[in-house]
Amino acid sequence: MTDDDAVFRALADGSRRQLLDRLRARDGQTLGQLCQGLAMTRQAVAKHLAILEEANLVAWHRQGREKLHFINPVPIHQIARRWVTQFDQPRLDALAALKERLEAPGTTDDIE
Amino acid sequence: MSNAFVYVTYIRTTPDKLWRALTDNTFMRLYWLGCEGQSDWQPGSPWRLVNREGQVMDTGEVLEAAPPFRLVLKWRNEFRPELNAEGYSRCAFEIEPLVDTGIVKLSITHTMEQEGGAKFIQAVSGGWPLILSNLKSLLETGEVLAASKAQFDTRAVG
Repeated sequence: MTDDDAVFRALADGSRRQLLDRLRARDGQTLGQLCQGLAMTRQAVAKHLAILEEANLVAWHRQGREKLHFINPVPIHQIARRWVTQFDQPRLDALAALKERLEAPGTTDDIE
Repeated sequence: MSNAFVYVTYIRTTPDKLWRALTDNTFMRLYWLGCEGQSDWQPGSPWRLVNREGQVMDTGEVLEAAPPFRLVLKWRNEFRPELNAEGYSRCAFEIEPLVDTGIVKLSITHTMEQEGGAKFIQAVSGGWPLILSNLKSLLETGEVLAASKAQFDTRAVG
């Protein structure tokens, strides 16, 4: 239910990672909103969301008649903390920023 | 950008211990990056979050208190003018024991009272995963992976 296995299983699927990306970009979406522009059926999205909820990677909150889905980063944070110490964090942030900058389209020309 | 978030964590503890952890200011300092919440935790009472230097970070009011299951706070940032300008938010802590497991589900739902408020929500949401990891670790093992002052400054809560 809340163990690391469930988190890794949930993350080991591109469609589910895509749903998390969409929530990261805009948090608090309904099932209908999440389905928009995806090549998946509504049923498939609902099934993936259930797996993400079971792994506690997605939480929801009812607003009126709507069920809004939110990305829940707490389990990922706990996994990261297991192997990343606070002393590694600034160096890892710097590396991640470097990778993002180098890989961003059209920005490599700026770097000497 | 959204003006709300929901964070959920499962902690091996009891509702009473978790309630105390959320309302005891001395205990709070151990996991809330050195901050403490000051209030008598009665509905209608004022509430404020103070950092280790004594600076008031956030203020508000206790909207609901049903120990050990539900605590709702009205919450406004007081130290960053651009966040203060976004007005009040509402933070609900829900504590739900899972039957026969010794595990308690803690949900934190933070929403803005008015439209907008995305900057405030972004600022507070950044701090919560760290605070919740600390809280879980503290209740389950008695230890906390101390957050550095630098982390506190960059991910300041509210």
